[in-house]
Amino acid sequence: MVSELHRAALCRKDALEEERRVRANDREYNDKFQYASNCIMTSKYNIITFLPVNLFEQFQEVANTYFLFLLILQLIPQISSLSWFTTIVPLALVLSITAVKDATDDYFRHNSDNQVNNRQSQVLIRGSLQNEKWMNVRVGDIIKLENNQFVAADLLLLSSSEPHGLCYIETAELDGSENTPHLSIKSELRQSVSVTSELGDQNNLASFNGEVVCEPPNNKLDRFCGTLYWRDKKYTLTNQNMLLRGCVLRNTEACYGLVIFAGPDTKLMQNSGRTKFKRTSIDRLMNTLVLWIFGFLVCMGVILAVGNAVWEREVGSLFQSYLPWDPPVDNFLFSAFLSFWSYVIILNTVVPISLYVSVEVIRLGHSYFINWDQQMFCSQCNTAAEARTTTLNEELGQVEYIFSDKTGTLTQNIMSFNKCSINRQTYGNIHFTHLFVLGERLDFTPFNPLADPDFCFYDDTLLESVKVGDSHTHEFFRLLSLCHTVMSEEKSEGELIYKAQSPDEGALVTAARNFGFVFRSRTPGTITTTEMGRPVTYTLLAILDFNNIRKRMSVIVRNPEGRIRLYCKGADTVLLERLNPCNQELMNITSDHLNEYASDGLRTLALAYRDLSEDDWEMWSESHRCADKATNCREDRLAATYEAIEQDMMLLGATAIEDKLQEGVPETIAVLSLANIKIWVLTGDKQETAVNIGYSCKMLTDDMTEVFIISGHTVQSVRQELRSVHLPLQLSGVSNYGAVAHISGEFAIVINGHSLAHALEADMETEFVLTACACKAVICCRVTPLQKAQVVELIKKHKKAVTLAIGDGANDVSMIKSAHIGVGISGQEGIQAVLASDYSFSQFRFLQRLLLVHGRWSYLRMCRFLCYFFYKNFAFTMVHFWFGFFCGFSAQTVYDQYFITLYNIVYTSLPVLAMGIFDQDVPDQRSLEYPKLYEPGQLNLLFNKREFFICIAQGIYTSVVLFFVPCAVLSDATQSTGVPLADYQTFAVTTATALVIVVSVQIALDTGFWTVINHVFVWGSLGCYFAIMIALHSQTLFRIFPNQFHFVGSAQSTLLQPVVWLTIALATAICIVPVLAFRFLKVDLKPQLSDTVRKVTQTQCLLDGRLGARGGSRRSGYAFAHQEGFGELITSGKNMRLSSLALANFASRHSSNWIDTLRRKKHNHTHTPPNASGDLGAPQPYKL
Amino acid sequence: MATSYNAKDEDGHITVSGPGGGTLRSRKPENTAFKQQRLPAWQPILTAGTVLPAFFIIGLIFIPIGIGLYVTSNNIREFEVDYTGVDVSSPCFNCSQNYSWNSSRPCTCTIPFYLEQPYEGNVYMYYGLSNFYQNHRRYVKSRDDSQLHGDMDSLLTPSKECEPYAFHDKKPIAPCGAIANSMFNDTLELFYNDPNGTKVLVPLANTGIAWFTDKYVKFKNPGGDGANLTAVFQGTSKPVNWLKPVYELDKNSSNNGFINEDFIVWMRTAALPTFRKLYRTIKDAKVIPTLPSGNYTLEVVYNYPVRSFEGRKRMILSTISWMGGKNPFLGIAYVTVGSVCFFLGVVLLVIHHKCGNRNNSADISN
Repeated sequence: MVSELHRAALCRKDALEEERRVRANDREYNDKFQYASNCIMTSKYNIITFLPVNLFEQFQEVANTYFLFLLILQLIPQISSLSWFTTIVPLALVLSITAVKDATDDYFRHNSDNQVNNRQSQVLIRGSLQNEKWMNVRVGDIIKLENNQFVAADLLLLSSSEPHGLCYIETAELDGSENTPHLSIKSELRQSVSVTSELGDQNNLASFNGEVVCEPPNNKLDRFCGTLYWRDKKYTLTNQNMLLRGCVLRNTEACYGLVIFAGPDTKLMQNSGRTKFKRTSIDRLMNTLVLWIFGFLVCMGVILAVGNAVWEREVGSLFQSYLPWDPPVDNFLFSAFLSFWSYVIILNTVVPISLYVSVEVIRLGHSYFINWDQQMFCSQCNTAAEARTTTLNEELGQVEYIFSDKTGTLTQNIMSFNKCSINRQTYGNIHFTHLFVLGERLDFTPFNPLADPDFCFYDDTLLESVKVGDSHTHEFFRLLSLCHTVMSEEKSEGELIYKAQSPDEGALVTAARNFGFVFRSRTPGTITTTEMGRPVTYTLLAILDFNNIRKRMSVIVRNPEGRIRLYCKGADTVLLERLNPCNQELMNITSDHLNEYASDGLRTLALAYRDLSEDDWEMWSESHRCADKATNCREDRLAATYEAIEQDMMLLGATAIEDKLQEGVPETIAVLSLANIKIWVLTGDKQETAVNIGYSCKMLTDDMTEVFIISGHTVQSVRQELRSVHLPLQLSGVSNYGAVAHISGEFAIVINGHSLAHALEADMETEFVLTACACKAVICCRVTPLQKAQVVELIKKHKKAVTLAIGDGANDVSMIKSAHIGVGISGQEGIQAVLASDYSFSQFRFLQRLLLVHGRWSYLRMCRFLCYFFYKNFAFTMVHFWFGFFCGFSAQTVYDQYFITLYNIVYTSLPVLAMGIFDQDVPDQRSLEYPKLYEPGQLNLLFNKREFFICIAQGIYTSVVLFFVPCAVLSDATQSTGVPLADYQTFAVTTATALVIVVSVQIALDTGFWTVINHVFVWGSLGCYFAIMIALHSQTLFRIFPNQFHFVGSAQSTLLQPVVWLTIALATAICIVPVLAFRFLKVDLKPQLSDTVRKVTQTQCLLDGRLGARGGSRRSGYAFAHQEGFGELITSGKNMRLSSLALANFASRHSSNWIDTLRRKKHNHTHTPPNASGDLGAPQPYKL
Repeated sequence: MATSYNAKDEDGHITVSGPGGGTLRSRKPENTAFKQQRLPAWQPILTAGTVLPAFFIIGLIFIPIGIGLYVTSNNIREFEVDYTGVDVSSPCFNCSQNYSWNSSRPCTCTIPFYLEQPYEGNVYMYYGLSNFYQNHRRYVKSRDDSQLHGDMDSLLTPSKECEPYAFHDKKPIAPCGAIANSMFNDTLELFYNDPNGTKVLVPLANTGIAWFTDKYVKFKNPGGDGANLTAVFQGTSKPVNWLKPVYELDKNSSNNGFINEDFIVWMRTAALPTFRKLYRTIKDAKVIPTLPSGNYTLEVVYNYPVRSFEGRKRMILSTISWMGGKNPFLGIAYVTVGSVCFFLGVVLLVIHHKCGNRNNSADISN
């Protein structure tokens, strides 16, 4: 029987679980289904499987497989032109580096798995609580949770210490819901099914044997449907009854839950699928280029194989008396075929195996620099910037579009209660600037001992009004103290801590608290406040919760006197419609106030109340109960009952909350704009707020020619509005998409969520992109998280530009994931955005450093690295090609096989890595001062196909020189003892030495920033080359392995010859002089901005140094002192802060400038990079 | 690649948002020059002040060196005679026709030549081969260095690399391989025709022509010095093409067997298909000059067939200087590169003055 069930379970496992049956306290029953245990395993390997699994994974990489294939080829003696170790040593090195990295990662995963799996939880076994490790918790167990404990698995809440089986949980990273976008860490209320809540303590629970039938494991965080069968009754289970793994129990002493999903089946684990692997454009280009190189390799192979065929036919066949063909070879064609593969082996170094690993190492280095950057460390929240992905760094130097969330990103998400309007009277209307605060900050403590000392308010008339006992004012604050979902925690008497769902609410409740209406505590049925020092307990009859459609929330309370009142707060648009008509006049005045507040960039809410009679309440509560119990359309019916009672209300007033901008936001936006980065703000806020924030962070300015607002509700109206924008922009329709017309003036566009929905439709999207991209600033308001992602996708699709999305909340996750680069602000709103992001830091202003400094450097370094890397490998490998023409196309290598093995991994790897990690063209503060320096990255000027071909050409040129110069010199030369120098080994040593020296000189030319490390690596590599060569050619090694070290004595004998050194010097000069001349001409005639900045920086440093030395000279003291101060100002950057001057410049010069870029980019393939005058004519943030 | 879930994340936020926070360790990154990317660094830039002098200096260094090299090279005497015998008129034509590796009767031919200038100091005699692919991959690897190093095991079981010249008649070949098998075996003798009519044999030294390491490290006779070579090589076969076995290459025991210098020289394969190898030295005799100008005869015992693959054989006589033999290319190349650098320097200077961007700071501030 059991085995049958077992088989059935197995079958079901194969055929995917269709429904889950869990019986409480019945392990035997539950075991039949073989549900996953609560042990989670995020690690991939264990000690035994590590090697095979890891190797299998690594060989799924094309490059590794390719080298394995080469290795197999090398084992065929007729083909093998190189010893097997020339491939296996680098391959093993690459594989082991990757393996070590994977192993360390996995080790940490094991550790954290163990830590989590070994957490203790209390399981109810046979009526008593026993401590069990998390991993031993099984489906069907009942476990007890205590306050502040993590939920160990997905639980069905059975009972709790709180009345009505309520419990509070805090969700952190779980939140995927979209209806409360401003929340990620939030307290939520959960309630058990009423029947089980009565079970109470463990004794009753031990005998609980209900059976749950529910949906199979899935990843929907906000949905659960199931049924509880107990004592022949059915109870419907919803998400409200569930406690999900990853949440923390708060404000609840204890609760009991039935494990429904465990371990890998939990919603948390189901949500952690494989992350989408982001690749950078350089990555893609690199892969294309590697494919091209493969093509090139095959071509070379074919050419040489044809050469071999011809040679074997014309010469080789005659030469057979000295050199017979190898046995299987009986004709020249077969020989050519083998020769093709031999050459594939020899020339494979054009696709260096170490490329990918080096790129990874460099990126890792850059990531560490980001993590280590002190200037991206926020001391307030004690968080440093973090590169969560190590593969995207260089793309940070190519960003063209930034999509920014507003709340928590541009703004601090700190709300301060700033103004209010109560009964025709507006309060808090005090203007203050940074310098003068008109009016003093109010001190609440003498009036109210429970006041929050951090609360700021400057208008004492409001306090007066409270003190006087104005009933409207009292009612106003009473509403604020009652109508909310804030939780309070009172650690000691009078020390209140509010936990608010949204900072707005927190601000409002805190305001009420300071003005004498202190919210003290709540239970599910009551709210206790202290009103003007007098404790009052209200009976909470109902909470009519907030959602995005209702845009309001209400509470119905009964005060101690027994009067029932509904308090409602909500968006003015919805609330003002639901007022009693007698409020008309008050409403007009309040509306004026509301408009005034909104134009100041404040977030507004209107407040109202309604008195309910006992009958009203009874009636409504009955209909509410009905709606609540409805099985279908419950939501709609509830909304309808809410709607029914929120009518006929009396207006109390309005509140205005200031959404504080983060530090340095306007400056950052200005700098980024100067760097030709376009910033789009995508916010869920309403239009007015969004526009106001736009103004306050200088995205929108009063100088703008026009700010278009698109808020149509229908397709036609949106199209019409978009078209009307075309006229001033002088865009003639979609047909003219390619040509960006000359745009005079600056425009901005503000588009509403509902219009955006139409604009994103297939037939209008090109039009929308065209219009939006012609505007200087774009603000999308009232957008949903999905739309945010759609906008990002739109730009990715149409502009082929690198996009960056920055946000802090759960609603930004989709946008962060779909953009090329996602940045999470680790701030107030939990860590979900951070978890989804590639980079995270805590202040928006760090973005400029991330992009302009780290991104720019990363891009520059990666480009220089790639250029040099391809160059050095072509220079190295192509020598074999030329030699082929002189050795009968026999695939004889020019170099010693040890040299071939070590060239890429020892002799030339470290200097280029050092350059790739440490190089800088201009110091960091310069790239912030001259945002224009960012442009080459956007235009992709430093490494593209053209640059690649230049590198390749240079590499091939070098290989020609390196082969033919020694060839010409040595063929007739002799040692001073008369022994000819034209023997193979001397030739090999000479060419190899020349090669190492030439590439070292070349890296010396390429390196712009010689730190100690660069010196050590460059000189060390050269030293290493000579040391290793002399060691390999030594007599000792030869005596031990005479068959392995054929080159005995070559190094000594060759390197002592003056002719050899003359040859090397000659070859080096011929290789380097043209490069030097070309580079000099480029810098001299068409300097890039970076060259100029570099030069200026350096001359200033020199100047400073010289002046410092002259400090002692009294005679020239005065004249130089004057200049010295000036120089110091410049170098310290004190006078170069982006000031108002810069902002003014930015405003006036920006438009022509970024259009230039756009245009240049379009014609990029035909035109050479922008010339110096164009660059330098660009706006400069300051004058020297 | 990794799953995005990490158990650390699960409790990660708690430490941050936990109430109170307590004494949190500051996570401020260290302020070191390395971590903040502020390592002191030298930042070279290509300016007219550095590049142009570099060009002139390269020019000024290279041109004199080139001239020196050229003059030195020109002072070296070199004489070359092709004795392949391609032309019917050539003295060696007959020998070249009836070629066979194992002809029992050696064919001899005599080539007269005239040296216009006297050769002073040490004179070196080379043989040169053309169109001979000593650098072919299969040829290069066809040897057993451990056999040549005197290893007894390898002597009797040569490496597979030597195939098909590893065994002959089931006896191991010593020395094995294609290189050894094709060893150059012409004998060249030089006679000075005294103006008074007598034919004087010019003494040729056949030692001191190989690399020191080759002679004393790389090549060793099996059994060590002073062993009886005939006995040691008992049981091995001579290479197929050879006339006599390896232990009969020279009567001088320090130049016999594997350490015969002619053999060592041959075994040092050439890099290019046209090459020369040192054959003999004519040491600075008491006679001054070593080779006076006049008529000479080269007597060749013609054993080595090259016509089958259109090869050529040459005999070269050369004197030598500090930089080796005659090598006009190096001097010319140095002069050319030096002049080009100098010229480039001038051109760049002109360009720099005419249209160069010298006033950068002005640009940047305007």
